[in-house]
Amino acid sequence: MASSNPGSMFIAGGTDLVPNLKRRQFDVAALISLNALPRMRLIDGDGNGGLTIGAGATLDELAHHPALDGPYRALAQACDLVSTPQVRCMGTLGGNLLVDPRCNYYNQTYSWRKAVGFCLKKDGDICLVARSSPRCWAVSSSDSAPVALALNASVTLHGVGGARRVRAHELYKDDGIDYTTKRADEVITSVDVPATEGRMTSAYWKLRRRPAFDFPILGVAVALNWDDGMVRAARGALGAVGSRPVDITALLEPLTGRRPDDALIAEVAEAAGKPARPLDNTDLSHYWRKRMTRVYIERALREACGLDPQAGRLSAQVKAATS
Amino acid sequence: MSIADKVVVRLRVNGEDTAIMVPPYKTLLEVLREDLGLTGTKHGCELGECSTCGVLVDGKPFLSCLAMPLDLEGREVTTIEGMARGREPHPLQVAFAELGAAQCGYCTPAMLLTAKALLAREPRPSREMIKEALSGVLCRCTGYLKIFEAVELAASRGGDG
Repeated sequence: MASSNPGSMFIAGGTDLVPNLKRRQFDVAALISLNALPRMRLIDGDGNGGLTIGAGATLDELAHHPALDGPYRALAQACDLVSTPQVRCMGTLGGNLLVDPRCNYYNQTYSWRKAVGFCLKKDGDICLVARSSPRCWAVSSSDSAPVALALNASVTLHGVGGARRVRAHELYKDDGIDYTTKRADEVITSVDVPATEGRMTSAYWKLRRRPAFDFPILGVAVALNWDDGMVRAARGALGAVGSRPVDITALLEPLTGRRPDDALIAEVAEAAGKPARPLDNTDLSHYWRKRMTRVYIERALREACGLDPQAGRLSAQVKAATS
Repeated sequence: MSIADKVVVRLRVNGEDTAIMVPPYKTLLEVLREDLGLTGTKHGCELGECSTCGVLVDGKPFLSCLAMPLDLEGREVTTIEGMARGREPHPLQVAFAELGAAQCGYCTPAMLLTAKALLAREPRPSREMIKEALSGVLCRCTGYLKIFEAVELAASRGGDG
């Protein structure tokens, strides 16, 4: 249907798409609903053996699902932190993974955008954040996307050419407009989280102005594999610091083979915050968001290590500086 | 709008099956208010930010301003008009009236329905659970405290009934 209806879009929960339609960020000829597809809401698997989650499972279902209470807990945390309870009852995992990247100059009404001057992402030819930039810097604003990277998840895409499986890392492109490798005729049908080898813990931390509402202006997802009290492998990703989720797995490498303590976690978090390059195009100052990146990495790592998340050294520095 | 641009939408609203001819791009909010005459559901931000258009779909809070009616065939929609049992107000409505948990009243239908969904799931919710459940529904008259107290009062009297 999508290939025979150019200009059409898929709709599942509609919580991102419908507001964008109303603000005329999207012009569509037709909407194609995914809600009648079979097995879209199925959640299959258990705490350790891997999970297959139908892309139509709602964020509310995932936030409270027993299969996400163990090693995959970061995914439940991320789903539970999306927007409001009402939006979580409607919004789906597939939709959240593909949230249209956001920008202060783009997520505005048509009249506002017209008054300020249209931007590259819709109707204009320059980026209002970085005027000389040839590309769009809209921000990846998905809570579940960094978790998908940290859990090493894959998505199954179905399109006219058949089905294919893509690692979460390869689902995203570093561009605010052309942000996904999913083709226009393809639909995410399921999200597959691999089985854990041995004990695994995970955590997600989110920064935003209003804890009951907003899109992330920073998200940190980490997953740690354990071997007898020592970290065997560490994975992590940052959300909302660029046009795609940023993999920080290589920077968490110093944790492997060690028993993480206050000092090691602070040192690793400090280094792992470096790839975050927030621009001045979302809520709060980009200086603050950059600064909080290492603090939130520390909190997520501490939580995954079973330590008090906010009792770390980088948190103490922030408290000292702001009191 | 010619009839050719309309589609038949079958909805089950407040326990009644209905079939109407509407343009397919109309939101549930518009269909409820304009085609079914159920104006208790309020029109607010239209962008899913204020939740004043909140209804229940299969018992769960849903934003009617973002929902497409064609997608809701076979599901149970409950609006504020379906909350009372005949002439008897719902225990939440009684508690809201007794404690003055409404000022201008614009958020009240969504507050009541969202609280109903909470009590159906959690008959004796803590204050924190009430705050969390109602967090998406914005009241601009400053009235949250009385609303929390009214939900607690209704819960103490047997909740969703």
